[in-house]
Amino acid sequence: MTIQQIEITTDELRHLVSGRAMEGETVLLNMGPQHPSTHGVLRLLLELDGETVISCIPDIGYLHTGIEKNIEAKTYEKSETMTDRLDYLNTMGNNLAYCLAIEKLVDLDVPERAQAIRVIFTELQRISSHLVWLGTHALDLAAMSMFFYTFNQRERILDIMEMCSGQRMMTTYFRPGGLWRDVPDGFEETVRAFMDDFPRRVDDYETLLNKNPIFLDRTKKIGVMTAEQGVAWGITGPSLRGSGLAYDLRKDEPYSGYEQYDFEIPVATEGDVYARYWVRMQEFRQSLRIVRQALDKLPKGPFRSNNRKFVPPPRAELGTSMEAVIHHFKLWTEGFSAPKASVYVPVESPRGELGVFLEGDGGPRPYRCYWRTPSFTNLQIVPLLSKGHLVADLVAIIGSVDIVLGDVDR
Amino acid sequence: MGIESKLGNLGIVTTSLERVVNWGRAGAMWPMLFGLACCAIEMMGSQAPDFDMSRFGMELMRASPRQSDLMIVAGRLSRKMAPVLRRLYDQMPAPKWVVSMGDCASCGGVYNNYAIVQGVDEIVPVDVYVAGCPPRPEALIHGIMTLHEKVRGEKIREWA
Amino acid sequence: MNNALPAIVNELTAAFESQGSEFRGQTSLLVPPRHIVSVARALRDQHGFDMLAALSAVDYWPQQQPRFHAVYQFKNIAKKLRLEVRVPLEGNEPELDTLTEIFPNANWLERELWDMFGLRIKNHPDLRRILMPEDWVGHPLRKDYPLGYEEVQFTFNFEEIEQRKPRPKD
Repeated sequence: MTIQQIEITTDELRHLVSGRAMEGETVLLNMGPQHPSTHGVLRLLLELDGETVISCIPDIGYLHTGIEKNIEAKTYEKSETMTDRLDYLNTMGNNLAYCLAIEKLVDLDVPERAQAIRVIFTELQRISSHLVWLGTHALDLAAMSMFFYTFNQRERILDIMEMCSGQRMMTTYFRPGGLWRDVPDGFEETVRAFMDDFPRRVDDYETLLNKNPIFLDRTKKIGVMTAEQGVAWGITGPSLRGSGLAYDLRKDEPYSGYEQYDFEIPVATEGDVYARYWVRMQEFRQSLRIVRQALDKLPKGPFRSNNRKFVPPPRAELGTSMEAVIHHFKLWTEGFSAPKASVYVPVESPRGELGVFLEGDGGPRPYRCYWRTPSFTNLQIVPLLSKGHLVADLVAIIGSVDIVLGDVDR
Repeated sequence: MGIESKLGNLGIVTTSLERVVNWGRAGAMWPMLFGLACCAIEMMGSQAPDFDMSRFGMELMRASPRQSDLMIVAGRLSRKMAPVLRRLYDQMPAPKWVVSMGDCASCGGVYNNYAIVQGVDEIVPVDVYVAGCPPRPEALIHGIMTLHEKVRGEKIREWA
Repeated sequence: MNNALPAIVNELTAAFESQGSEFRGQTSLLVPPRHIVSVARALRDQHGFDMLAALSAVDYWPQQQPRFHAVYQFKNIAKKLRLEVRVPLEGNEPELDTLTEIFPNANWLERELWDMFGLRIKNHPDLRRILMPEDWVGHPLRKDYPLGYEEVQFTFNFEEIEQRKPRPKD
């Protein structure tokens, strides 16, 4: 494709900065794509009056991967590997959203055992994502030891994922109709060992940070967001729950059997950085509660649907049944087809509402797969929250909104 | 370093000098933070206590290119980011090395489309490619070890 | 919970020449482009749909009438209702009204529509490319835009691709 020279003058951006910038009274600073505290390749154009931020213009797209267009070129099951890499800290959550969308579109059933294991892994993934958030957020606020503690615990969860699917991060363990394969022996003991050990770690983290005067100074009353602002700007997830609104998709529109589990939604009211931190710390405990209940109730049974039109038959059956061979052949060469309709399935990712809009066209490939990613919408509020704060506070605000650039740019 | 390269091969003097200098360079190579996407999380994981990279000399990750000598390109490079990568590479002082971590940086990875540069070696010269999606921290450390061996084998003539 | 939706759909259908449909329990409303701002305002003020959850588009090229469907997802948090609104747009350079006065987060969502599909948004405060570089030509998610697939280097075509592939000089 040709690239033509287009003049980008400051006139085009004039409306985004205040008038004082044009006279040179305030400084225009570029917090570039490569920066240790921006959690990825995010570029911020800051207009500074001394250290105070007057306006902040995010420039995204440095990680744009064209995943949506690439999904349109592959069949339904093959595109699932691409979905892992969107929000790379919530890989199984992305898989879950995509599989739920396919299952809704073609009306495929999922057995109970698969639903329970999906819930276990989604909640473990939530804990793992919050651990990375905590480590990097505290690292930005100069509490470096938290980084080491949280990544150490994260390795335990990655060990569990590797045990079941062979891969630490990009697992593609959930498939349309259930799971790729059943959990191995030793899964339950490992998860229980983790669950017994983890609560005291969360207590350790809280002891380190909750009453730490430096941490409190850097997070209290910074980046205050009201619930009305949050809803108007489409903020979802722990960022909105830190402002007082108890909106959680696992309770509002339950999926994959979440209605059976008993858990609370932590809500804080101040709406500042500390409130969002507190909400995520409580979510550790609630996720552990859900995992414990799911593991106690884990039903026996098949791990994937029996509908051979969408799910490949096990290899043992291929030797005896002709239909199995035909189904196997059809699924491997062409893939299953979806009707000419569209669905929108939202799930609760650690960052907010992750929605998949999937439209089929009667053929084996998705016609359109749009990902409503929480970080894209949540990032819009950072310029609003950072007005009037110092540059150091901007770092805290970006960390508290918890963006992942793979989510933002897709 | 200039005199030796002009005088040429002085036998044991140059070989000992090579060994000392290469030992110094390999022993304390500071990586520059260039984590782009998912591989960055595994890079952070290899800096974390379980797979400590600081035992190999990479105690800290310098964010500034002027103070680092190894650039680990971790993650997918989009076309919008490519000029930035080149600029950062140019800002690094010699001697500098590049490790291309992960499939997306080495060859475009899973993505063969309009938005991703098909391999970072279209933009910067790469010394070591580490495969994986994302590569395990042990794989990254193996890649760094390979780079250290390469550095230890460098001769005076090739020094920048 | 789901009983309130048909009433809302009927009211909007009567007022704004739209038509509702349902698939797998999800309600969708087809609204002509000239009414989208009024529908959004009615949804927010009268029916309590206070969050614009998602905004995207689908390209139906080579069909021209309509070529695009802009898809809005609205959410009523208090009553737990979700409604999808589709707006059919015709031609290669269609125009769509902005919703930024009603839902501020439509700002970036509509910029993405302009960038990826070429749907020009009228009265948008800041219509620029958001995900692609500023000097990019073309709108990538359109169906007549190529994937940009690059030929893979195998051993049989290694040399010929190696000559064409750009490599840095140092």
